[in-house]
Amino acid sequence: MELTVTVNGRAHRGDVEPRLLLVQFLRDELGLTGTKIGCDTSSCGACTVLLDGESVKSCTLLAVQADGHDLTTIEGLAAGGVMTPVQAAFHEDHGLQCGFCTAGMVIAATSLVAEGLAGDEDAVRRGLEGNLCRCTGYHNIVRAVLDAAGTS
Amino acid sequence: MIPAPFEYVRVETAEGALAELAEHGDEAKLLAGGMSLLPLMKLRLAVPSVLVDVARVRELAGARVEGDELVVGALTRHHDLHHDELVRRECGVLAAVAGEVGDPQVRHRGTIGGSVAHGDPASDLPAVLVALDATVVVEGPRGRREIAAPAFFLGFLETAIEDDELLVEVRFPRSGPAGFDFRKFRRRAQDWAIVGALAARVADGTRVALVNMGSAPLRARGVEEALAAGAEIDDAAARAAEGADPPSDLHATPEFRAHLARVLVARALAAAS
Repeated sequence: MELTVTVNGRAHRGDVEPRLLLVQFLRDELGLTGTKIGCDTSSCGACTVLLDGESVKSCTLLAVQADGHDLTTIEGLAAGGVMTPVQAAFHEDHGLQCGFCTAGMVIAATSLVAEGLAGDEDAVRRGLEGNLCRCTGYHNIVRAVLDAAGTS
Repeated sequence: MIPAPFEYVRVETAEGALAELAEHGDEAKLLAGGMSLLPLMKLRLAVPSVLVDVARVRELAGARVEGDELVVGALTRHHDLHHDELVRRECGVLAAVAGEVGDPQVRHRGTIGGSVAHGDPASDLPAVLVALDATVVVEGPRGRREIAAPAFFLGFLETAIEDDELLVEVRFPRSGPAGFDFRKFRRRAQDWAIVGALAARVADGTRVALVNMGSAPLRARGVEEALAAGAEIDDAAARAAEGADPPSDLHATPEFRAHLARVLVARALAAAS
């Protein structure tokens, strides 16, 4: 089935099997491997991308469901090499350890901050409930999101 | 994990969805947000040969007031339900529970119609339907049917919707912005409820509903009767597991679930009053 999606500002056309998952389309067809496959069961959040600006889990979305939509992956955040406030705050606050969850965390946090739902620590912790950090590095992640949102 | 092959059809109208269902019968499954269906398909527990994507049927999204009811379109997403000021004002318990489903990513995709039609006794929103005696409205080749919530949920992943019918809306009584509490016990933040309890004060008393205490969402009638007879919260909540048939799985024994139900109901009642 044919689909057209905008990924990180660029239009892409594809001819895919309907059962192709969005995360496979991004990683295998477009080579955007910043988006990780973690649990593959929509629990861990490593595969989180933005669909029309909102966080979604790309392991539990068919590529054809994204037809006509606007997608942003971790590769699309830093325009011209300048990190976004969320990325800069993760860097500044050391909001990562092994780094495997980081792309999903940064994307989920980007959505949360954009929606104005990162008002305090409790809101941030609840807002990141769909993302697991197997290093348990949550303290610095939460700190980074609060800094990025200007609510720390 | 990759689903088995299927044919994918996208429709823009409810009429279009019904036409596809009429053509493909029980070979077809409707796809809205996909938060329940796609995981089942990836595990190959569901193997539909035709997937009818209804996510873009705009006529079925959004909430409105009609008389003394809040009418919620089947394709209203949990995220929108949770943040909609109208829903918060007219049926606060629905908005609150919608904000407890899954996690933000799931709430950005999942819909009330999908969640209700899935019929999972461990999911959150069906508890609101049974607590408030909501009405599920379906359309099909034999016309429109209105089904009261208790009669809608028949068992584990089993509802009163026929293969050729489409869930179009859920009608809730306007219960107001306050006087409720919902809480669930789970091991990790976004897990399914091992047990969930909902308490809601309505005009004629207090309603109590349970999540994952049987093969379908349940009303804790014993608790409601005790409260109506003037019992204290703890005495009423002691009856929370009466008539329930809690499942046994790796998370909890039936006995532990019964204990959780009594504790959660007591806490929910205290918070709701």
